[in-house]
Amino acid sequence: MSGLAEGAASAVERAVEAGAGDAEAYASEAENREVRVHGGEVESLTAATERGLGLRVWIGGRVGYGFGTDLSAAGLAAIAARAVEAARVADEDEFAMPAGRAGGGGAVSGLTDPSHAEWSLAQIADLALAVERTALEADPRVAAVEQAVYFDSGERVAIASSSGLGCEYETTSCYAYLQVLADGEAGRETGLGFDLARGPAGLDPAAIGREGAERATEMIGSSKPASRNCPVVLDPTVAASFVGLLGDAVGADAVQRGRSPLAERLGEEVAGEAFVLYDDGLDPEGFATAPVDAEGTPRRRTPLIESGRLQTFLHDSYTARRGGTATTGNAGRSGYRAPPGVSASNLIVSPGTAGLDQLLREAGEGVYVNDVAGLHSGVNPVTGVFSVGASGRAIGGGERAEPLREFTIASDLVSMLRAVRAAGSEPRWVPFGGSVSSPPLLIGEMTVSGS
Amino acid sequence: MRVLSGGTTYFAHVDGLDPADLERAAGEAAAALRGDRVEPRSLRAEATSPQPIEQDPEGVPASRKAELLRELDERARAAGAEIGQAMASYGEARREVAVANSEGLFSGDDRTRVRIGAQAVARRGDRVETGAETLGAHRGFELFDDDPASIAASAAGKALTLLDAGPAPTGSMPVVVGGGFGGVLFHEMTGHGLEADHIQKGASVYAGKLGEAVAQPLLTAYDDGRLPGEWGSDAIDDEGTPTQKTRVIEDGRLVGFLYDRQSAEQDGAASTGNGRRESFRYLPIPRMTNTYIAPGEAEPEAIIGEVEKGFYAVSFAGGQVDPATGDFVFGVNEGYLIEGGKVTRPCRGATLVGNCLQALAAIDAVGNDFWMKTGICGKGGQKVPVGTGQGHVRIAAMTVGGTAA
Repeated sequence: MSGLAEGAASAVERAVEAGAGDAEAYASEAENREVRVHGGEVESLTAATERGLGLRVWIGGRVGYGFGTDLSAAGLAAIAARAVEAARVADEDEFAMPAGRAGGGGAVSGLTDPSHAEWSLAQIADLALAVERTALEADPRVAAVEQAVYFDSGERVAIASSSGLGCEYETTSCYAYLQVLADGEAGRETGLGFDLARGPAGLDPAAIGREGAERATEMIGSSKPASRNCPVVLDPTVAASFVGLLGDAVGADAVQRGRSPLAERLGEEVAGEAFVLYDDGLDPEGFATAPVDAEGTPRRRTPLIESGRLQTFLHDSYTARRGGTATTGNAGRSGYRAPPGVSASNLIVSPGTAGLDQLLREAGEGVYVNDVAGLHSGVNPVTGVFSVGASGRAIGGGERAEPLREFTIASDLVSMLRAVRAAGSEPRWVPFGGSVSSPPLLIGEMTVSGS
Repeated sequence: MRVLSGGTTYFAHVDGLDPADLERAAGEAAAALRGDRVEPRSLRAEATSPQPIEQDPEGVPASRKAELLRELDERARAAGAEIGQAMASYGEARREVAVANSEGLFSGDDRTRVRIGAQAVARRGDRVETGAETLGAHRGFELFDDDPASIAASAAGKALTLLDAGPAPTGSMPVVVGGGFGGVLFHEMTGHGLEADHIQKGASVYAGKLGEAVAQPLLTAYDDGRLPGEWGSDAIDDEGTPTQKTRVIEDGRLVGFLYDRQSAEQDGAASTGNGRRESFRYLPIPRMTNTYIAPGEAEPEAIIGEVEKGFYAVSFAGGQVDPATGDFVFGVNEGYLIEGGKVTRPCRGATLVGNCLQALAAIDAVGNDFWMKTGICGKGGQKVPVGTGQGHVRIAAMTVGGTAA
């Protein structure tokens, strides 16, 4: 392919020459494009290439990390020298050693879309303009579009290690979103529309624009709800945000540090039976899908919550060794600049059989939550206790009624999961806070604070 | 590399300074251009004055940094038998910046920042609570000359306090916000709405309000990128404009917005030195530097003493605002009930929600105590270091969302 695999293999050799007992190199190369449009004009066009290599080395139980962008022989030697130097001053850790060389990790199909390479800058700019135009034309109350954005990326990854690991894969992905501004009597309302795909041909710009317009205009005339405990229906985008938090809580790293609300709850009842969750690193529709994880272990499907019970935690090779178990192939990394750590791949909530209408009817009187804000400040990651800002619609007589804003919903993650009464039948992929697919969820009762 | 043509920005970036990569990126950015070319003016180097650094952290041995971390760890654990866990972090960064443009500007900066953090987990039975504290500055290792480990004791103290916390109240009530990082409230609810890009797109509740009263006369606020040693300070912004002190609210009146070059040009104004970016991989956009409410006249004790029943938010876990609607939300990580003018019991899991315009206008007391704290601000997917500051501030009424029914 691109010399990436050779670079990774060569970096491992340089590290061993520099004094490392073991070494693992992760090289990546990405081409990214972004178009931002506003008011029918292209505001900015970005073309970027990113290429670099991260090198993890072990000297006995001491680990060091280095990274750089110069993949020449001299550049790799410099990265190796820095990583080895870092390892020499690190504390000894009996569980620190490279990932084993597991079998499997064959090809996963469907990770690239030819339209990604075929569409020109002009074509993707037209796509972003179409997203904006659809929103502007969708409803006379739409005042403007703050921004419509299209982004795509083609990435190649190669991993090599001194234990003989060598693998390489390629993915493409793209997304588009817009923030719509609608005018009501009491002021501005905003609404987000988005979609994601492997390539631009897989996006429906009109649907994205319409969603943003609908979400903004439906909020016109919103008021604060009265404070009370009531049934709550979470929009798939909101459910996905909470599931993303759950992804951190099931990571063995957080569990082993005692920093997870699910620590010591393995096998226990942590959710209503309607809530079924698994991590699937091989689902072709998931953006975290790859043949292997960030340290070369094959990705797989791992049931997390079934029959209401917590089935397992997610592991990389380090937490697995520390916990006396096997890795689940959940080493993730944000790029070559940072070493790997445990993270969920694609989190998937199994859809139920009830349509959204049926969920609303079951809720009767309550609140439909369309959006939450402040998830990163309003949730205690150790206890799972949360109180987050929310907006949405009232549920009255089993249907969505007047718009609501400026309220909070509060509970803790486990209580909320146990209160899940039903999962909707229509899941959606959501890229906020990880790669998550979730249907709408009906929660039996939550604390709503408004006026 | 940014090329401006008409209303469109063409942007390209590459990792590394390999001349072949740079030329390819420049070619890509320029290839999309239409119309007449502009002859670049020859560069004239401008002298800048980077923040002075007394002790370059790079020269401090790794063993000294490890020792600092162990001190933090020990101080947190020593705070009480219920402290089950402590974590400490140390970070240093030096960034050399050079900016050149076709108008002949050629400027630079040399930025060194250090920051430590401590987090403590306290346990009692099933109760688990965490407390965190940070110390950072645009300075060198000299920042840690005094008693840096006191932040670990403070983090542990917060976690221990929370073990005794009850549920937070719900409903509308007076809220007293603590000094320092309490300033994140102003940062979120007002600062973002004053960034000129939001204003120009009509996506700010402060659009069209220049010169109008948006707060009571007791409130004056600034954005100041020149405060010596502060976390959000730099000599120049990331477009090469020298940083400055900008008054944004004067005696309750809105008097200024925060501009980068492009938004300034659109308004026929001058850049206020707020064109910031996370790195070369991002386009500069209007961003705050150090934003603060200037000290007022009220005694902090009196600010609390006048509240019959309310909530005291000492520090926040963070917050978020939609500048277009003005709706905001803040997670409180250290909060107390105020009853009969006294701070009584600690509360867990409170969130403040409200609307910027109403909440800003409802500030009816500003304390004469004042200090700054460090923050990392996110906007448009870019994170930059910012300072926030204020003394104690009281908001006459605000919605507290707690877990108490």
